[in-house]
Amino acid sequence: MTLLLNRNQELSLKERFLNLNFVFIGIIILLASIGCITLYSVAGGKLSPWALNQALRFAMGLIIMLIAALIQPEFYYKIATPFYIFTLILLIIVDAVGHIGMGAQRWINLGIFNLQPSELMKIAVVLQLAKYFSVAPIESIRSIKGIIIPVILVAVPVAFIVIQPDLGTSLMVLFCAVAMFYLAGVQWWKFGLGIGAVVAAMPVLWHFLHDYQKNRILTFLDPERDPLNTGYHIIQAKIALGSGGLWGKGFLSGTQSHLNFLPEPHTDFIFTTYSEEFGMIGGALVILLNLILISYGYWFAFRIHNSNYFGKMVILGLNTNYFLYIFINIAMVTGLLPVVGIPLPLISYGGTVILTVMTSFGIMLSFYVNRDRELKK
Amino acid sequence: MKKSNSKSNHKLRYLLKRSLIIFSLNILLLFVLIGRLYYLQIYQGEKYALLADSNRLSRRLLAPPRGTINDRNGIELAVNTQNFQAMLISEQCRNIDKFLQDLTPILNLSSDDIERIKKDIAHHRRFVPIKIKDNLSWEEVSTLMINSNTFPGLIIDEGLIRSYPFKQYTAHPLGYVGSVSEADLQKSDAPLLQVPGFKIGKSGFEKTYDEELRGKEGILTYEVNAYGRIMREIEKKEGKKGKDLDLTIDIRLQKAAYDAFGKESGAAVVLDVHTGEILAFVSVPSFDPNLFVDGISIKNWNTLLYDEKTPMTDKAISGQYSPGSTFKIVVSLAALEAGVITTQTRSFCSGKMQLGNHLFHCWKHSGHGHLNVIEAIKNSCDIFFYETALKLGIEKIAEMSHKLGLGEIYDIGLENQKAGVIPNKKWKQETLKQPWQQGETVIAGIGQGYVLVTPLQLATMLARVVNGGYAVNPTFIKKEHPTKPKKINIKPENLAIVKQGMFEVVNGVGGTATRARLKLKGIQMGGKTGTTQVRRISLKERAKGIRRDEDLPWKYRNHAWFMAYAPHDNPKYAVAVIAEHGRSGSGVAAPIASKILEEAIKLDIR
Repeated sequence: MTLLLNRNQELSLKERFLNLNFVFIGIIILLASIGCITLYSVAGGKLSPWALNQALRFAMGLIIMLIAALIQPEFYYKIATPFYIFTLILLIIVDAVGHIGMGAQRWINLGIFNLQPSELMKIAVVLQLAKYFSVAPIESIRSIKGIIIPVILVAVPVAFIVIQPDLGTSLMVLFCAVAMFYLAGVQWWKFGLGIGAVVAAMPVLWHFLHDYQKNRILTFLDPERDPLNTGYHIIQAKIALGSGGLWGKGFLSGTQSHLNFLPEPHTDFIFTTYSEEFGMIGGALVILLNLILISYGYWFAFRIHNSNYFGKMVILGLNTNYFLYIFINIAMVTGLLPVVGIPLPLISYGGTVILTVMTSFGIMLSFYVNRDRELKK
Repeated sequence: MKKSNSKSNHKLRYLLKRSLIIFSLNILLLFVLIGRLYYLQIYQGEKYALLADSNRLSRRLLAPPRGTINDRNGIELAVNTQNFQAMLISEQCRNIDKFLQDLTPILNLSSDDIERIKKDIAHHRRFVPIKIKDNLSWEEVSTLMINSNTFPGLIIDEGLIRSYPFKQYTAHPLGYVGSVSEADLQKSDAPLLQVPGFKIGKSGFEKTYDEELRGKEGILTYEVNAYGRIMREIEKKEGKKGKDLDLTIDIRLQKAAYDAFGKESGAAVVLDVHTGEILAFVSVPSFDPNLFVDGISIKNWNTLLYDEKTPMTDKAISGQYSPGSTFKIVVSLAALEAGVITTQTRSFCSGKMQLGNHLFHCWKHSGHGHLNVIEAIKNSCDIFFYETALKLGIEKIAEMSHKLGLGEIYDIGLENQKAGVIPNKKWKQETLKQPWQQGETVIAGIGQGYVLVTPLQLATMLARVVNGGYAVNPTFIKKEHPTKPKKINIKPENLAIVKQGMFEVVNGVGGTATRARLKLKGIQMGGKTGTTQVRRISLKERAKGIRRDEDLPWKYRNHAWFMAYAPHDNPKYAVAVIAEHGRSGSGVAAPIASKILEEAIKLDIR
C-alpha cells in the first residue's frame, strides 16, 4: 500500500538519509580502515606520510558519497550527456597539456589535487551508456545499426586514454562497457565478433604499444626474463605475499615492505604488503568484504523499482567498474595478470581513486535510497 | 503503451538474467583470487618464506682473535693490539671536499690518500663506511674524538692487528703475518680467508702453526634492506680465539743473546742439554716483523733484501758453515770409540804434515810438539786430528757425526731448515761422481772441506756430548710430558775425555779460549773454538805471508765459531755461536757465547 502511495512522491532529506544502506557504508569504512592500518605499517608505524592523509581523504570521500547519495537520482540522468562531453574535453586537454607523471600524461594539476579525467570517464561512460540503453528500444539494441552509437561513445574516450598511455584504465573502461552492452541485451555473437576483431588487430595494436607496455606484457608472460626491473616487482610481490603464510608475519612485521624489497608498497602493491603481514586470512577477508560490497551492488540493482532501467544500468555499470578494480589489482599483484597500474580502491594510497569509487557508491546509493519510486524524466 | 511496456519488460528480463550471470562470474573470479592466495601463501608459502629470508638476511664472517705466541714464562711475543681506523660514512657528510681538507692536517693525509678516498666513495653506496686511515695513534684518535662535531659521518672503528712487541728479537723464529694472497686462496678454501683484511701467517711459526693460531670464525647475521643497507643485527655468534702457542724460548735470554752479537752478523742457539728445549734462537741481524703486517714498503723491502748480512735469512737453521775445529770433538769421539786412539796416544806436531805430494799445515806454524787427545782439543792442534782422521777413515767420522745429530733435519716447525753436509765416500760418488781422496779425510778431520753444519745442529751435537750421551732433539714447543731421549751408544769415559778437553780449552793454561771464562764465581764452562776459512789460501799467498784477516773485505773474512756448555760439573746449557766473517772463534765468537751462558745461568731457566 505504502509502496503504491509513495510511488512517485519525492522523499524528504531525512527520509532519504534513513533509507541509506548502513551495512554497505559500514563495509566501505571497514575496508578504508584496513587501508589506513596498512599504510600506517608501510610507513614503519607512523601516521605520516600516508595513513593520516589517507584517512582525511577518505573522510572527504565519505562526505562526497553522502552528498551524491542524497542528490535526487534524476540529476544523474540529466547530467549524463553534459558530464560525458565535459569529461571527454578534459581528457583531450590532458593529452595536450598533461602533467607528466610515471611516464604517462594523465593529470591536470588543479593546485590542491591532480584531476585525472580518465577516472571521471569511468563514471561518465557508465552514465552515458545507461542513458542511451534506457532510451533505446530492444530492437535497436539487438540490431547492428543500433550499437554503432554506443560503440563510438566508448571507443572515443578509450582511444584517448590509450594514447595517454594508460593501458589499465582504458581496459577497465572497455570491459565495463562490454558488460553494459551485454546487460542491455546485445547478442553473444557480436562479442565474439568484437573479440575476433581485436585478436586480428593484435599485431597492429602491438605496433602502437609503447616499449614499456610491450615489456610489461612480455615480462608478465615470463617474469624471469627481466628479473631486475619489471620482473623484479612481480617476483618480490609474490615473495612478500607467499612468505605471509596463513596468519601473516604480524602487524608492522612485513620484512619485504619494510626493507624496501617491494615496489610501491603503499600504492598499487599494497595488497601484498597487507597480505604479508596478515596472511591468507587477512587477504581472504579483504576479498570477501569486497564480494559482499559487490553483492550489495547487485542487490541494489535488483531492488530498485523496475521502471528505473537507467538506475539499474548505472548501478550495474559502476558495480562492474568496482569489481574490475578489485579483480585486476589483486590478480596483477599475485601474478595472474600483467602489471597494468590499477590501484586497490579504498586501500591503496591515492586521492583520485577514492574520489571515483566514493562518488560511484554515492550514485548507487542515490538510486537505492529512492528505490521505491519511478524516475521522473 | 502496452506494447512499449512489454518491450521494456523484455529489456528488463535481459538485464536481470544477464546481471545474474555477471554476478556469478564475479563471485567465481573472486574465489579464483582466494584460491591464488591459497596457492601462494599456503601451498608455496615455505618456499617464499625462505626467499624472503634470503632477501633480508645477510651474513658476515667475523675474524676471531689470533692465538698469541708466548715464551716459556708466558710473556707474549706475538699479540693482538687494538687498531683504530678512521672511517667515513659519506651520506652523513655534507661537504666531502671540506671534510677531507679539514682532516688532512690532523691525519697527515697525502694527495694520494685523498684521491683513493674519493674514488672509494664514488664506487660504494653512500652508507658504506670508507676507510680514511689505518693504525691511528692515540693522539690522532683523541684529536678526532674531541672534534667529532666538526666531522659528521666520521666514525672510529676498532679492530685488532698483530704486533710483535720484541720486534727484531723474535722475527726469527716467529715470522710474521700478512694479507691473504691469490695463491693462499687457491691453496685453501677456508671461509675466513675471504674476510676483508684477514691476515695469515707468512713465515716462521706464524706460518707453520697458522691453522691452530687462526681460531674459528664468528658469524654476524644482520638484516639488510633492498639497497643493502644494514638495518639491524639479528644474531652475533662470536668466533673462537685461536690456540695460544707456548714456546720453549726465554725472551730474556733471547734478547741477551741477540744483543751479545753487537755489530756482528751470525746466529746462536741455546739448548737445555737434558730436554733439547731451545732456550734462545737468534739470527743476527734481524728485522722488524711489524713492518710486514700491513704490507712492507718497497724501500724497506729492498733494504732488507740487499743487506749483505742477510737479515731475512734465519742463519741458525739455513746458514750452513764448515764446523772448523768444533768438529774435532766429533773426530775425537769417533777415534776413541773406534779404539784408534786412547788418552795415551800421542802425536808430534811440527807445524806441518806431508801426505803424498801435499803439505798440510797446523794453524800454529811452529808446531805444538807432543800431545794427546785432551791437549790436542785444548790447543786445537790440526796435525793431531789430520793423523787421527787418517787412521779413522771418513766413514767412521760420518757415522759419529750422525749419531751426534749432525747432518739431520729437526722437527722444530720451521721451514728452510738445511741439513748441512756430512760427507762420506758414497755421498761424494753420488753428488760429485768422483771417488773419495785421502786428503779429503785429512781436512775433514779439522772440520773443513765438504763438511757443513748449521748452528742448530752444532748446539744439538754439543748437548748430546755433554748430557751423558742422550740423543736429545731440539724442540721449540713446550710439552707437558716430554719423551725421554734415547741413550747413544758411546762409552761414558770417552765422553768424559772430550768434555775434559773442552774444559781445558777455556780453563786450562794456554787453552784457546781462556779469555772467555765465565765471570761467575764457582761456575765454569767448557767449549770449543772454530775458525773456518771462507776463501782458499793459495800456495803463493802462503809463501808471501798470509794476509791478515782484518785487512780483507768483510765477506772474505773467516767465520768464527764457538760452542760452549755450562756449568761444567753438571751441564744444563749448550750454546753454539757463529759469527759470520767474525775472523776468530776465540776472539769474537767465544765472548758472545760466554755472555749468553752467563745470562742463562743468572736467569736460572726452568
